[in-house]
Amino acid sequence: MSTRENPAPRGRGRSRSTPRVGPLASRAGTAPRLDTDALLADRAVEIIVCCGSGGVGKTTTSAALALRAAEQGRRVVVLTIDPARRLAQSMGLTELDNTPRPVKGVDTANGGSLDAMMLDMKRTFDEVVEAHATPEKAEQILANPFYQALSSSFAGTQEYMAMEKLGQLHQKARKKHEWDLIVVDTPPSRSALDFLDAPERLASFLDGRFIRLLLAPAKGPARLLTAGLSVVTRAMNRLLGTQMLRDAQAFVSAFDALFGGFRQRAEKTYRLLQADGTAFVVLAAPQADALREASYFVERLSVEKMPLSGLVMNRISENLVPELTATTAEAAAQRLSESGEHPLTAHLLHLHAERLGQLEHETHLLQRFTAAHPTVASVQVPALPTDVHDLDGLRHIGSLLAD
Amino acid sequence: MSPKRPARSPVRLHVVTGKGGTGKSTVAAALALALASGGQRVLLCEVEGRQGIAQLFDVAPLPYAEREIAVAPDGGDVFALAIDPEEALLEYLDMYYRLGRAGKALDRFGVIDFATTIAPGLRDVLLTGKVYEAVRRRATKGGQEPAYDAVVLDAPPTGRITRFLNVNAAMAGLARGGPISNQANSIMSLLRSPRTAVHLVTVLEEMPVQETQDGIAELSAADLPAGSVIVNLVRKAGMPDDALNLAGNGELPAAGLRDGLAAIGIEPTDTIVGGLQRTARDHALRVRLETEQRALVDGLGLPVVELPRLKEDVDLGGLYELAEELKEHGIPA
Repeated sequence: MSTRENPAPRGRGRSRSTPRVGPLASRAGTAPRLDTDALLADRAVEIIVCCGSGGVGKTTTSAALALRAAEQGRRVVVLTIDPARRLAQSMGLTELDNTPRPVKGVDTANGGSLDAMMLDMKRTFDEVVEAHATPEKAEQILANPFYQALSSSFAGTQEYMAMEKLGQLHQKARKKHEWDLIVVDTPPSRSALDFLDAPERLASFLDGRFIRLLLAPAKGPARLLTAGLSVVTRAMNRLLGTQMLRDAQAFVSAFDALFGGFRQRAEKTYRLLQADGTAFVVLAAPQADALREASYFVERLSVEKMPLSGLVMNRISENLVPELTATTAEAAAQRLSESGEHPLTAHLLHLHAERLGQLEHETHLLQRFTAAHPTVASVQVPALPTDVHDLDGLRHIGSLLAD
Repeated sequence: MSPKRPARSPVRLHVVTGKGGTGKSTVAAALALALASGGQRVLLCEVEGRQGIAQLFDVAPLPYAEREIAVAPDGGDVFALAIDPEEALLEYLDMYYRLGRAGKALDRFGVIDFATTIAPGLRDVLLTGKVYEAVRRRATKGGQEPAYDAVVLDAPPTGRITRFLNVNAAMAGLARGGPISNQANSIMSLLRSPRTAVHLVTVLEEMPVQETQDGIAELSAADLPAGSVIVNLVRKAGMPDDALNLAGNGELPAAGLRDGLAAIGIEPTDTIVGGLQRTARDHALRVRLETEQRALVDGLGLPVVELPRLKEDVDLGGLYELAEELKEHGIPA
């Protein structure tokens, strides 16, 4: 039965839309500006990670930053995770093939170049297995039902593989000098933080007693089966069924040799993210929940000692008629409407007033963020009336990012 | 109960998904209120650990317990539950296996941790399992009346929804014959039945509409029942078509605006007139895009419900407004 503890607000009535950030939060703050061009021009920066909650324009912003850097002379590869079809097409990516391809139509006059790729998580996983196991073992692993489910249909794998791919790209960039900047779009996760948690989860998986438990019967030493352990094994059998347990054991023991490598690389990528050569850009849109996620992320990056460059605030309303305040415009629109004359002018004045109202709300949200994180540099990108379809669209966004 | 109330829909589980930023949580909450109105009991669940329900209803963070959070118009109750995978696993173990001592041992050995955070699919199995339990629960032991008339699930986003709902099919395949397999099969038969409807929330922009289209195809390939498309944040067009056309092409004559501004005593400077022309152009381009996208949405072959863009960020009052809209224009079934 359901419980009825603490029955909360009943009935209608507007609740307050009070900020939950504290008394200082509504005070206007002036955040430092994020100097996008300086960031892109800084040769010491080798990796830019774009993160934020879903729907804030991560993929588009990653692509726009990558293109701008390339046209300013950087040799760039952009790793996109799940681009919208038309955005992918705008960069000439027609298939998900896990390999960086040169983007056509990029201005290379400054000596730069742009490659783009989409992450194929299953293929990335398969490649890791093939590269690090004997052909015989690899075949065994690839055929295991546990592996197949893990590599293709389970949430969480995408984050592991995005990290893995980033590590690979970085190594390749170092070795072959193919690229001097990697721009990474992060997976559309439950939470933006999943991306950061992936390596740690992997490590704790490998250290887990559960793994050793699964390995124990396969490795055989019966003396490990102490009283407590046999209770656990029996429970596992009841819970999972013997077949699943057997598949899991087969998977874990086949995978055993690979675990160390996974762990090592995950830790390496994690350290790479902490290094000076990495810059995190947190993205948000002017909505309370997107900014809340951005706040979590900013705090988390600081805890993890990961270098944050700043916040990109996408989709800000633009004031197109600064001479007219919302009050003036709305009053004028009202009077015109009442007179019945000039309906179009009345309508446009009303639209302008609405837009200013929206802008005021957005500014308020942004001020709250700034009050909570006064040192985080930020840049605002105005909302565009249409979507991006081609390199010109990306270029335009790039120029707005650097504006 | 109002006599005009339509026959009760067979749908007991409403799964609400949508691309990030389309307002799926808001829509799920409004849907729960709408379904509850007229004296029904509705459970609203979230599974992503974001405490989105508490924020929307302006209450303290929800524990792992069902609580009444709102009373619907004309009576009716909305209960809420934030499903936590660890708690769900312990509850599951206790309920089905009475694993008192072994349950604790599992925890010591890190199995709970493994199951809920590391073994990626198990987490989704537990989350869907709890929803399944709530849908099937009876009001009284041995009785026929369900504990809830409907359950609304604020589900993961469109890009992950099929994988999330279908996780039990993958599990059933992995755990051939075990109790998990049986449980997974029962969950799949609920999710694939007419008692479930997956609603896709979108806005009239290209990417979300494209994702909705892909989402419907994925659901159908996995035999999962798509319910309706809920178009959120719809703007009123407000401008006559000929003006929209001119404005969209950047050809809205300045003369008319000058006269209009002068008529109410605003000096029609070039910057003001130019700014209003740009305002008109932005608006017209957006309306044009929305018209194109609306045509695509209408062609998806599912019932479409539209919800207006509210003036302010959605607060509790806004939720009731949206719930009213849903009642007036058809609660998706």
